[in-house]
Amino acid sequence: MQHHIDISAMTFRRGSRAIFDNVDIKITRGKITAIMGPSGTGKTTLLRLIAGQLRPESGSIHVDGDEINQLNRSDLYQLRKRMGVLFQSGALFTDMNVFHNVAFPLKTHTSLSEQTIRQLVLMKLECVGLRGAHNLMPNELSGGMQRRVALARTIALDPDLVMYDEPFAGQDPIAMDVLVKLIKELNQSLGLTSIVVSHDVHEAASIADEIYVLSQGKVLAHGTPSEVMNSTDPAVSQFMHGKFDGPVAFHFDRSDYATDLMSQP
Amino acid sequence: MNAITQLGSQFIHTISGLGKTAFMLLYVVIGLPTWRGLTLFSKQLYFIGVLSLPIVLVAALFIGMVLGLQIFNILSRFGATEALGQAVSLSLLRELGPVITGLLFAGRAGSAITAEIGLMKSTEQLSSLELMGVDPLKYVVAPRFWAGLVSMPFLALMFSAVGIWGGYLVGVKWLGLYDGAFWMNMQDAVSFSEDVINGAIKSICFAFVVILIAVYQGYECYPNSEGISRATTRTVVLGSLSILGLDFLLTAIMFGDF
Repeated sequence: MQHHIDISAMTFRRGSRAIFDNVDIKITRGKITAIMGPSGTGKTTLLRLIAGQLRPESGSIHVDGDEINQLNRSDLYQLRKRMGVLFQSGALFTDMNVFHNVAFPLKTHTSLSEQTIRQLVLMKLECVGLRGAHNLMPNELSGGMQRRVALARTIALDPDLVMYDEPFAGQDPIAMDVLVKLIKELNQSLGLTSIVVSHDVHEAASIADEIYVLSQGKVLAHGTPSEVMNSTDPAVSQFMHGKFDGPVAFHFDRSDYATDLMSQP
Repeated sequence: MNAITQLGSQFIHTISGLGKTAFMLLYVVIGLPTWRGLTLFSKQLYFIGVLSLPIVLVAALFIGMVLGLQIFNILSRFGATEALGQAVSLSLLRELGPVITGLLFAGRAGSAITAEIGLMKSTEQLSSLELMGVDPLKYVVAPRFWAGLVSMPFLALMFSAVGIWGGYLVGVKWLGLYDGAFWMNMQDAVSFSEDVINGAIKSICFAFVVILIAVYQGYECYPNSEGISRATTRTVVLGSLSILGLDFLLTAIMFGDF
């Protein structure tokens, strides 16, 4: 099967606002796909829809051939064991230290010996450069370090599909370079399917095989990084090259400025 | 029309809340029997049960002493101070033990459970569990629910025991009542099956209601600081009022045959 994830004619609303309006997105198996777009365009929501935490109003989302919204609770949890999601906030368990956070999925879903789990955890932490911090509690780490621990936890079970939500946010240049290489290496050596949601156009484009640009509930552009970077569509070009002027509005939907200022509270 | 719409919306909200609670209860009841579940359960038993002991026992001692003093004062007018043991023990075993332990439990453990689960929700720890293929209802909610249900009757019994000892200290050690009369009257008046068991049944019912409210409020709260604060308040208010209302109902059923 070529497509690991197949989203067809999917619509999702929050209240009356359409976050996705009849979109089609295909994520190719074994490739890195970057999802980009202005803030508030629903990139994180897309990850939650793929993971079955949210349900679309219409359309279908197939993950590994299974229609995610048709699965019962137990099958959905089984499917999620083959997925890894890196949250924007890291979402580490605050009552466990770094080591136990990374060991958690291994202890929960496998019957490996304590020694093997210890070796695996230390290997994953070494990958993200935090083996020396394995005894620290999450509140003793910076936001960027917490996300790196969360990344080690996400890949602990070697999932088939990893979804990274803003993996480069808050990272220093060295850590960012290491993460870019790590995501690429994981993808190549383990044959993972990776979805990277990011605002860091150059980092994401440097490792992605395909890019989707989303805006206002639609897919604005889709293609290889060079195709998207060289797109003649003014909205895509504006976003990819970070320009203020263009069809993509910086402001949220709003009424006339002067009228708003002069109106009564 | 607006008021009718609001009433309808409130009604639908309440019914949907009850439905969610019922589903949560179903998943929680079937969610314990694994070795991992037992480890989590024992950890929660320590946090919810053992760490509630200081507040419960200190409150019990003072309430028993106050009860001893007040009842001794009344009984002395009729020359019936020997009945102090009976009066103190029956009021504690039948009513004050389960009810006050329940209220303290709602304030100490109930609010902590709601705040903890609410914070786990707001920091995406619950989402993260879900996406790791771990059901938060089984991993987070079930151990707390069962630990609360198991620890509450023991807390209530310990409350009654320490309360009776408080009454004894005041009546016998301070006011000079003959200790044989205190204990003998208590033994004659207290029926194990009727008073001790009924008190334990009451405390299990109170624990069920309080802990269910606490986990539901935490799990369904709006995940920000205001949402968590409101949910914690609701746990204490709804939990306490439910205990008092349920107590009347259970007392009428258990002791209402005159």
